[in-house]
Amino acid sequence: MFSFIARRIGTILLTMLCLTLVVFFLVNLEPNLKKLAISQTEMHTSAEQLESWLVGHGYRQNFFMRYGQWLGILPKQPITDPATGKTTQRFSFCNDPTVPTFSGVLEGDFGCSTKFKTTVAAKLFPALGATGVLMFWVLALMVPVALLIGILAGMREGSRTDRTLSVASIASTATPEYVSGVIFTVIFASWLGWLNGSAASASQGITFYNFTLPVITLAIYGTGYIARMTRASMVEVMTQQYIRTARLKGLSFSSVVIKHALRNALIAPFTVIMLQFPWLLTGVVIVEVMFRYQGFGYTLVEAAGNNDIDLLLGCSLVSVFIVLITQLISDVGYAFLNPRIRVQ
Amino acid sequence: MQTEYINAFDVVVGVLWRFWPVWVGLVLVMGVSFAYKKRLGLYGQLFDSGVGIAGVGICLFWLFTAIFASTVSPFDPLAQVSIMKDTLPGAIEPTSKLIYYFGGDKLARDVFSRMVYGSQIVLIIAPAATGFALMVGITLGLPAGYYGGKIDTLLSFLANLVLAFPVILLFYLLVTPGIMDTPIPYAMAGLFFLFPIIFFSVLFWTRYKNRPDRLYILLGVTLVVGGWIYSGLVFDKDPLKIVHIDPNQLNIFVAVVFASSPGVFRIVRGLTMDIKTRDYVAAAQTRGESPWYIMLWEILPNARGPLIVDACLRIGYTTILLGTLGYFGLGLAPESPDWGTAIKDASRLLRSFIHPALPPTIALMSFVLGLNLLADSLREQSMKD
Repeated sequence: MFSFIARRIGTILLTMLCLTLVVFFLVNLEPNLKKLAISQTEMHTSAEQLESWLVGHGYRQNFFMRYGQWLGILPKQPITDPATGKTTQRFSFCNDPTVPTFSGVLEGDFGCSTKFKTTVAAKLFPALGATGVLMFWVLALMVPVALLIGILAGMREGSRTDRTLSVASIASTATPEYVSGVIFTVIFASWLGWLNGSAASASQGITFYNFTLPVITLAIYGTGYIARMTRASMVEVMTQQYIRTARLKGLSFSSVVIKHALRNALIAPFTVIMLQFPWLLTGVVIVEVMFRYQGFGYTLVEAAGNNDIDLLLGCSLVSVFIVLITQLISDVGYAFLNPRIRVQ
Repeated sequence: MQTEYINAFDVVVGVLWRFWPVWVGLVLVMGVSFAYKKRLGLYGQLFDSGVGIAGVGICLFWLFTAIFASTVSPFDPLAQVSIMKDTLPGAIEPTSKLIYYFGGDKLARDVFSRMVYGSQIVLIIAPAATGFALMVGITLGLPAGYYGGKIDTLLSFLANLVLAFPVILLFYLLVTPGIMDTPIPYAMAGLFFLFPIIFFSVLFWTRYKNRPDRLYILLGVTLVVGGWIYSGLVFDKDPLKIVHIDPNQLNIFVAVVFASSPGVFRIVRGLTMDIKTRDYVAAAQTRGESPWYIMLWEILPNARGPLIVDACLRIGYTTILLGTLGYFGLGLAPESPDWGTAIKDASRLLRSFIHPALPPTIALMSFVLGLNLLADSLREQSMKD
């Protein structure tokens, strides 16, 4: 068990290393650097000035050296004026060092956001907190509803309840966030006027009025999927011998479902719920942009739109970490829940 | 001048009437399928359940809408008639006396025509991208599952690498206007579009290598047709000027294939690992068949059931991905009538007008729903066997 987890964590670290290298390569493509330089300098700057901005801020150093600096295995260099030899900070708004220091991700320094003019940590972690709140409510709504639908549908396979709920879950998996978001906004905000079509005010305080729409929009796409997996698992369990035995010894249907079937049927959906996190990350981006909620997804779009290199790298690191850690938890948790599975 | 309107009932009747070629096609295909459903194998069995009929019906509806888009839609999807700006559904266009059935959007274009033409973009890109993703996933997944070992470790690591990316981040990195100045999209296209040629060449080679009369014809056709399409798509140098793709469409296409082929890879790999333990594979190995013959002619046909179901779901998922791209304004031209872009434009103005938002959302949802119902019904039917 221990060596399994150790090996998996090794793979996770290797994956993160490869992915950040790919992202680093893509954000440092020539057109993207031009975009960054244009957005960071005054209007109508000449090509030479853009170039000098890039050189002056260290963007023209060797690719692998800069990646090493970001990672923290090479010292971060301050800007040296070639004429005077005086060193200055790279970005004054981030308290960058004036002497070469090891200050990268490994040392806990995520770099400097050129778009928000602050450190990446100061921008990213509050945003993650805001998204965490959103995620919490989404999961609190999605998981119980999906499990309930799945169990009700899978309890009696082929019944009318089953067919109705199955079609409903299929319909919900056919509704991406940008579709359900528009439809819910039309119904609840424009037409009925019950809810607020924007969650911009939710940063100050979450209310039912401003937070319901993002939560249900984000929840609906995953609900159908989890419900279908629960149903499949429930259907399988209900055909097992021990369920028949329990029925034949005279237990009522409800107690068979609750005492015997449920615990066995909920193992598979656990994995599915954990593996929903990567999908939820994409959904979070859409929902946060649509409802103007200042969280992780909103930060990611801003970073990508402005080619904010360090912030985008931080965002990818966080999202890749979430994806891989949830996969690990789902594997380990599955082994715990199902004693027949042994990890090796 | 005051815009004149027709009433809601006339709008409904008018819309249904505009779709007449679609209805004709639908009735013909459904009728023929229904009459001969006993002889049509798995496809015929779809007509045994309500879910299957609904799935086939919805998919065919959008297919015919895409085919007959120019007949169905009364207006050019890009034409702007300034007087019709933000008009409500049922407004009459004064010069042609034709009707804006679903009203006009903020740039005074006909929402109905845009929805109809949007189906064309989706129904070309989504199935084609899924097809390429299937080719890539199968060509790499079969050896990974069959041989195992180092090749499996390497390919699985690469697949997990791509899958660990949140899709949206991948798109923001791969589908930006700037990236068109670099050779990356073309290199990726060049790589991905090679897979179908490799796949079919190996497919025919393994089967007919002792029958040169068939082999040379089939290989020749594969290489000529494949090379022709390849030169048109990747280098845009089709000698006959038929195969052509816009650079930004190529970019989208490549990104979508890139995002969805690891999923296919994982499924094919899993299926291969399962199927290679069967007796008929052992029999083929004993006969001395080559590994690629076993993979392509013994394992792949027996994995087709789950793959067909997955392909249906994946077309739906690709449609959602295209919508996501449109919603974030990535890749597609800003005036493009595809559903994602239309939803993006309309959702910004929901406070004042809701009518431009609803047709594309419902169109996208119904198409994906149709594909999901189709997949569900296919799964049910193939499980029965």
